[in-house]
Amino acid sequence: MSTASATLETPAQSAASDTILSLNNIEVIYDHVILVLKGVSLHVPRKGIVAILGANGAGKTTTLKAISNLLKAERGEVTKGSIVFDGERVDRMSPNELVRRGCIQVMEGRHCFGHLSIEENLLTGAFTRRDGNAAIRRDLEKIYELFPRLKQRRNSQAGYTSGGEQQMCAVGRAMMSKPKMILLDEPSMGLAPQIVEEIFEIVRRLNAEDGVSFLVAEQNTNMALRYATYGYIMETGRIVMDGEASMLRENEDVKEFYLGVAEGNKKSFREVKSYKRRKRWLS
Amino acid sequence: MTDIAARPAPRLFANPWIKAALITAAIVLAAIVGARLDGSGTLYKIVIDPFQQMVSAPDLLAQTIWEGLVSGVLYALIALGFVLIFKASGVFNFAQGIMVVFSALTLVGLYEMGVPAFLAVILTLGVMFLLAVTIERVVLRPLVNQPDIILFMATFGITYFLIGFGESVFGGNPKRMITEQLYLPSGSIDLKILGGLVSLQKIDIAAAIIASIMIAALGLFFQYTRIGRALRAVADSHKAALSVGISLNQIWVIVWFTAGIVALITGIMWGARSDVSFALEIVALKALPVLILGGFTSIPGAIIGGLIIGIGEKMGEFYWGPLIGGGIESWLAYFIALGFLLFRPQGLFGDKIIERI
Repeated sequence: MSTASATLETPAQSAASDTILSLNNIEVIYDHVILVLKGVSLHVPRKGIVAILGANGAGKTTTLKAISNLLKAERGEVTKGSIVFDGERVDRMSPNELVRRGCIQVMEGRHCFGHLSIEENLLTGAFTRRDGNAAIRRDLEKIYELFPRLKQRRNSQAGYTSGGEQQMCAVGRAMMSKPKMILLDEPSMGLAPQIVEEIFEIVRRLNAEDGVSFLVAEQNTNMALRYATYGYIMETGRIVMDGEASMLRENEDVKEFYLGVAEGNKKSFREVKSYKRRKRWLS
Repeated sequence: MTDIAARPAPRLFANPWIKAALITAAIVLAAIVGARLDGSGTLYKIVIDPFQQMVSAPDLLAQTIWEGLVSGVLYALIALGFVLIFKASGVFNFAQGIMVVFSALTLVGLYEMGVPAFLAVILTLGVMFLLAVTIERVVLRPLVNQPDIILFMATFGITYFLIGFGESVFGGNPKRMITEQLYLPSGSIDLKILGGLVSLQKIDIAAAIIASIMIAALGLFFQYTRIGRALRAVADSHKAALSVGISLNQIWVIVWFTAGIVALITGIMWGARSDVSFALEIVALKALPVLILGGFTSIPGAIIGGLIIGIGEKMGEFYWGPLIGGGIESWLAYFIALGFLLFRPQGLFGDKIIERI
């Protein structure tokens, strides 16, 4: 924890005014008893792409849900710390209010509305908007331009489209709310590498063209670090390491345990365990 | 679709409709043959005689079908109330029946207090809106994310609360619906057709027309408006709806209010045919077979299910009832529903369960 927060200070302070999202030492408890996040702090610069990496159960999804406040629907609660989005405390806000302010989550596993057509799915994303039908139609065309595949399938029931199309639909649906920031949870889940690449390309494009900030939770460390500028690595509810994406890519430990490439030959499982011990000491 | 040729030919029994048709055909065939051979004539009375009656007295048939149609429309209205709430909040709203009674009582009660009829309608709508808001605040919101059965039990609570509240405010005596004051027609039209007299109650015609208009309006609302789309989205997945910023609380109020409007109209129409009393609540239970038939999630299903149950019930009572001493009407609907459950558990128009494997 100490190392994490120590390295944190630099990017946070240098770009304090230009931080769109910051989590300060938040703690999340499920069902009043299960402590899942044990003090997580992270910062996303405006117009940045930041990745949260880690294995299953590390707390990536919980972190995202704590921000978007979908936690409440799962009997979870932020008990400590603060979340500031765009200069405003948001830890008590409903998802509806957050989407209005421009922070939207794309949930893990897509969650398209299966019985609605692709186009209707996209339109539900515009639920919170008040700027009239014409603007919504214009944005819909923009989404179709980004995802030509969705245009082809605009009238099919979303439940019958492929996993990749559903992921595109979910991202497109989030874009329809005109967000300043998208919390993208596990976009690569269950998708072919080619499709994953396509989706990350779209993320990069949305980031560059529309200035949307992204906080991406991913297990596919390799892919995420190629597109993100900054990364946080989580393990059992804490951030154990963070740094510039390029730095993380070169880090020996990250290479070994998340990217699967070690200098020389493969390591045995026993050594992995000793690494775990070392890391526990680190945090 | 290129792989169609590669698929094995579908087996005849794989399609539930073909299966049902074949079984029905076999039963009918066996019955007709049986009736021919049967000495005592019982089978003849069951399988052949009623149809001969239908053909020989088409005016009676038309009358029966009309009556079935009208009660079918009203069943459909009640079922519609259930479907709306079920789709949006996944709750089987046991209180729908009492909402019908409560809204009708409020309307009549307000009128008796001296409020002009149409103002009373508007005030009753206001009361139904307040009810929707209260239910959302007091019942749904605290129970969000609880298992469905808990919400179901909560609707029992709402039912008994409304019974008690309605009785204490408006009294327990049956009241007369203010039909004339609302300019609903009375009397009947007698048609001399099919070699006899078919009489159509004007109020029934009005009921059918009003119900059709309302159903069409609801359909359009669901299909083409922003809120309607959001309602369907919520029906599909609560979590995903939350994540795109749809406010569940707002949607729930809208849905319960819509169900309240449907309840009021049903209450007026039922009330015009009989009295407004708490006994009306029983009628709501008839919506159950309608829902099983049409599917819990389908508005067209509720309508067609209502019509099938309504007509089936009246025909059964009129043509087959006398064979076992009458009284079929009260249970035939459940019997039909049971048949449907065997072949099509999701109902005629229920959402196909989409699951990717």
